[in-house]
Amino acid sequence: MFGYLVKRLLQMTLVLWIVSVIVFLMMSFTGDPVFMVVPVDATDAEIAQARRLLGLDQPMPVQYWRFLVSLVQGDFGYSYVFRQPAMTLIMERLPATVEMVLVAMVFALVISIPLGVYAGANPESKISRFIMAGSLLGISLPGFWVGMVLIYLFAVQWGIFPSSGRGDTAEFFGLRISLLTGDGWHHIVLPAITLSLATTAILLRMTRAGMMEVGRQDFMKFAKAKGVSRRDVLYRHGLKNAIIPVVTIFGLQLGDLIAFATITETIFSWPGMGKLLIDSIYRADRPVIVVYLMLVALIFVVINFIVDLVYTLIDPRISLK
Amino acid sequence: MTITIETQTDQPLLELKDLRTHFHTFAGVVKAVNGVSFKIGAGEIMGLVGESGGGKSVVGFSILGLIESPGKIEGGEILFDGEDLAKASDERLREIRGRDISMVFQDPMTSLNPLHTVGDQMDEVLRLHSNLDADARKQACIKMLESVGISQAEERLKAYPHQFSGGMRQRVVIAIAMLAQPRLIIADEPTTALDVTIQSQILKLMRQQIADNGASMILVTHDLAVVSEMADHITVLYCGQVVEQGKTRDIIESPSHPYTRGLIDSIPDPTDRMARLNQIPGNVPDIRNLPKGCNFRARCPRAQDLCAEQEPTLKPQHNSLVSACHFPLQPGEK
Amino acid sequence: MTRFFASEFFFNYTRNWSAIIGSALMFAFAFAVLVGPFLVAQNPYDIASLDLMDSYKPPMWLEGGDPRFPFGTDGQGRDVWASILYGARISLFIGLAAMCASCFIGTFLGLVAGFYGGILDSIIMRIADIQLSFPSILIALFLMSAVGTGIDKVLIALTAVGWVVYARTVRGSTLSEKQKEYVQAAKVAGLPNHKIIRKHILPNVLTPLIVIATIQVGTFVLIEASLSFLGVGVPITQPSLGLLIKNGFDVLFSGLWWTSVFPGLAIMMLVFGINLFGDFLRDELNPRLK
Repeated sequence: MFGYLVKRLLQMTLVLWIVSVIVFLMMSFTGDPVFMVVPVDATDAEIAQARRLLGLDQPMPVQYWRFLVSLVQGDFGYSYVFRQPAMTLIMERLPATVEMVLVAMVFALVISIPLGVYAGANPESKISRFIMAGSLLGISLPGFWVGMVLIYLFAVQWGIFPSSGRGDTAEFFGLRISLLTGDGWHHIVLPAITLSLATTAILLRMTRAGMMEVGRQDFMKFAKAKGVSRRDVLYRHGLKNAIIPVVTIFGLQLGDLIAFATITETIFSWPGMGKLLIDSIYRADRPVIVVYLMLVALIFVVINFIVDLVYTLIDPRISLK
Repeated sequence: MTITIETQTDQPLLELKDLRTHFHTFAGVVKAVNGVSFKIGAGEIMGLVGESGGGKSVVGFSILGLIESPGKIEGGEILFDGEDLAKASDERLREIRGRDISMVFQDPMTSLNPLHTVGDQMDEVLRLHSNLDADARKQACIKMLESVGISQAEERLKAYPHQFSGGMRQRVVIAIAMLAQPRLIIADEPTTALDVTIQSQILKLMRQQIADNGASMILVTHDLAVVSEMADHITVLYCGQVVEQGKTRDIIESPSHPYTRGLIDSIPDPTDRMARLNQIPGNVPDIRNLPKGCNFRARCPRAQDLCAEQEPTLKPQHNSLVSACHFPLQPGEK
Repeated sequence: MTRFFASEFFFNYTRNWSAIIGSALMFAFAFAVLVGPFLVAQNPYDIASLDLMDSYKPPMWLEGGDPRFPFGTDGQGRDVWASILYGARISLFIGLAAMCASCFIGTFLGLVAGFYGGILDSIIMRIADIQLSFPSILIALFLMSAVGTGIDKVLIALTAVGWVVYARTVRGSTLSEKQKEYVQAAKVAGLPNHKIIRKHILPNVLTPLIVIATIQVGTFVLIEASLSFLGVGVPITQPSLGLLIKNGFDVLFSGLWWTSVFPGLAIMMLVFGINLFGDFLRDELNPRLK
C-alpha cells in the first residue's frame, strides 16, 4: 500500500512536470509577453529593461528553471491585466466552477444510470430505443448551442430562469457558494443542464453497454435461479458489475466537464475560472493561463488517482500495486 | 383418453409432458426442445444425456422458467408436485426457484458474482426463502459450507469468489443450491469445467448431499461415464427429442438405440490408453432445418430406406427401455 | 459491387433504420456541401452581394419574412441558408482533413510502436497516456491559444489531439497480429520489416479504425465549432458553422434567434447522422457482439 502510494505520487509528479515543460514551451513560442507590460510608446531601452525584469533575456533553460522554481514555490506571477497575483484570481473563481461541475455531474448521474440500466436490461423495447436515440442526439449536439437555445427559451422568451451570472452567494468557510441560496440554485440550473448533457449521454451509453455485457454473464442467471427478483438481479447483481467501466471513464468525464465549463461559463457569464481562462486567452494574459493549466492538470491527476482508488473499492479482484 | 386417479404416493416429483421450447431467431425457429417427456420420483437421479446442442440445458432452464427472449415455452406441461410450472406466474416461479428447485451451473468461474462475498451470495438465498434472523442465517451458511467440505467456513464467508479455486467455487455453488433444502436440483454439466481429479470429488459430494437431503436431481451432461455412476434413470436427447429412456444399468449394458450405442462407445476406456476413441461420425444436423424421417439417420450405421420416410416414435424395447428407432438393437447386439 | 449488395453487411444495413437515417443525413449533407453553394443566389462572402436593407429578416414563414431568405438574414443582410451551406463546407472540410491526418499519423506511430517495441514504444505510448488523461477540447483550446486562429491551425490542433486513439488501437492489434504464425513465417522467410508491416500487418489492423474514423469526423466538427465559438478557431473571413452560431449569439438577446439556431441544427444533423451510422458500423464490424 505504501509502495503503491509512493509510486503513484512519483507518477503524478512526472505528469505534472511534463505538463509544465509543454506549457512553458508553448508559451515561449507564442508572442512576446514583454509587450503586455510596457506602454505602447515605450522606448527600446524601456523594453530592454522590462525584458530583463521579466527574465526574458536569459537563455531558455535558465528561463525554464526559473519558471519551474516559481511554480514549485506557488508563485505564478501577476496577471498582466488585473495586476493581481494570478493564483489569487484563479482561486477566487474556482468555487464557482467546481459547484457548477458538481451539480452537472449529479444531474448526469441521476439521469443516466437508471435510464442506462433500463435500456441495457430491455434492449428490444420501444422506450429503450427512444432513450438510445436521445442519448445519441445528446452527444451530437454542440453543448454551447444547447445553452443558447435554453437561454433563448427560458430566459429571453419565458423569463423562467436568469440568463447569466451566479446570483446570490453565501459564505461557507470563507468560500462563496451559490448552492446555499435559492437564488444561486435558480441561476445554476440552466448552465448545469447545458454542461451535463454530453456527460449524461455518454454515461448512459456506458451503463447500457455494461448492463448488456453483464446480462450475458452466468452469475446473473444463477442469481435468477436462486429466486432473486428481476429488480434485484439488475440492480444488486448487475449494476455493480456494469458500473466498473463507467467508473473508469468517470474521471475522464469529470475532466471533460471542467474543460467544457469554459464554454458554458462563457455563454452564461458564469464567473468561474473557465471564463477567466477564455478572457485571458483573448488578452494573452499568460500568468493566468499558466495557473489555470497547471491547476487543472493537478486536478486531473488527482481525479485519476481517486478513480483508481474507487475502482479497488468496487472490485475486490483488483488490489493496489 | 383414459382417466387415471393418481394417489399422492405414486405421483412423481416432476413430470414433463411433451415439453416444447423454441427459439425464434433471425435465421429461423430453433426447436431446441421439441416434445420431451420424463418423470422423476422423489430421491431419484435422472441423467439427461446428449451431445452439445441437443437441447439438454434448455430443458433445465425451461423447468425453472428461465428461458429468455427469443426463446419461449411453446407447449407441454411441467408438473412439479402436480403444479404446472409452464403456466405459473413469475412471482410463483421466484418462490420456487432456489427454495424447491435449485440449479448448479456448468462453469463455477462465472456463476458466482465476482463483486459480492461468498457469504453474501449464500445469505441471499436464505433471506429470500427463510424466516431466519441474520445470525441464524449465518450459522446455516457456515454449516452448509462445512458440509460441502470447505474448512474455516466462517472466515471463508467474507472471501470473494476469486479467492477460491475452481473446485472450491463449485462446492460453494452446490452449497448455495442446497442451502434452502430444495426437493429438486438441476445440475447442468456440473463437472465439465473442472479438472478430472476434482470431478469425482464433486460428483461424490453431490450424491451425498442429495442423499442427505432426500432431494431428487436432474443431471444434465454430455458425459455418459458420469451419468452411469450417478443416475438411476437416463434420458437420451437428440435434436431436442427423447430418443431413449430407461434404467441406467439397462441402458449402459445394452442400449436399444444406435445413438446411445454410439455415445457409450465414445467413452474413453481408462484402462486402455492405446484404444482409439470411437466418435460418432458426422455432426448434429442443423436444428432449424431438420430432415424428414429420423434425425439420426445420416449418422446411423443401421439406417435403411424407412428411416428417411418415417419419423420413429418412442416404443417399449427390451428390459426397461423405451426408444425411438425403427431398427432397435437387441440385447447383446453391438 | 454485386458482391456488396449480396453481403450480410448490406442485408443488415437495409434492416437497420438508424443506419439508413444516419447515412441519409450524411449524404444529404455531402450533397448540400458539394452543390449547395451553386443553388443559392447569394455568396455570403461577397460584400457586394449583400444589402443592408435585407438585414435581420426573420425566416420566411414568420411575419416580415422574405421568400428569398428561407431561414432569415443576419445583421449584414446575409442569407442564413447561404451562410450555412458555405459554413458547412468549412466545418466538414476541417473534420475530414483532420481525421485523415490523425488517422495517418496515429496509424504510423501505432505500427512503429507495436512492431518495434522498445524505447520508441514506451515514449509514444507514454505521450498518448498523458494526453488521454486530458480532455481533447482543453488541449485543442490550449494549442489554439498558443498558435492563433486559422483553418490550418485548427487542423494542427485537431490532429494533435486525434492521433492518440489510432495509435493505441493500431498498436494493440499490431501486437496481437505480430504473434500470429503468418507474420512469424514471413519473418523467417526474410521479408524486410517494412514489407511485413505493409503487406501483412496493416491490412489486418485497419478494420477497427473505420468506426473510429467515422465517429471522429463528428467529434472534430463539434470541437472545431466549440473553438470557433470561443473565438479561437477559424477566422471571421471563413466562418464555419460554429462561428455562425457565435455571431448569432451576440444578437440572441434581441430575440434574433434564427441566425444561431439554424447553423446549430445543421451541426446537429451532420453529427447525429455520423454517429448513427458509426453505431451501426461498430455493431457490424465488432465480431465480439455477434
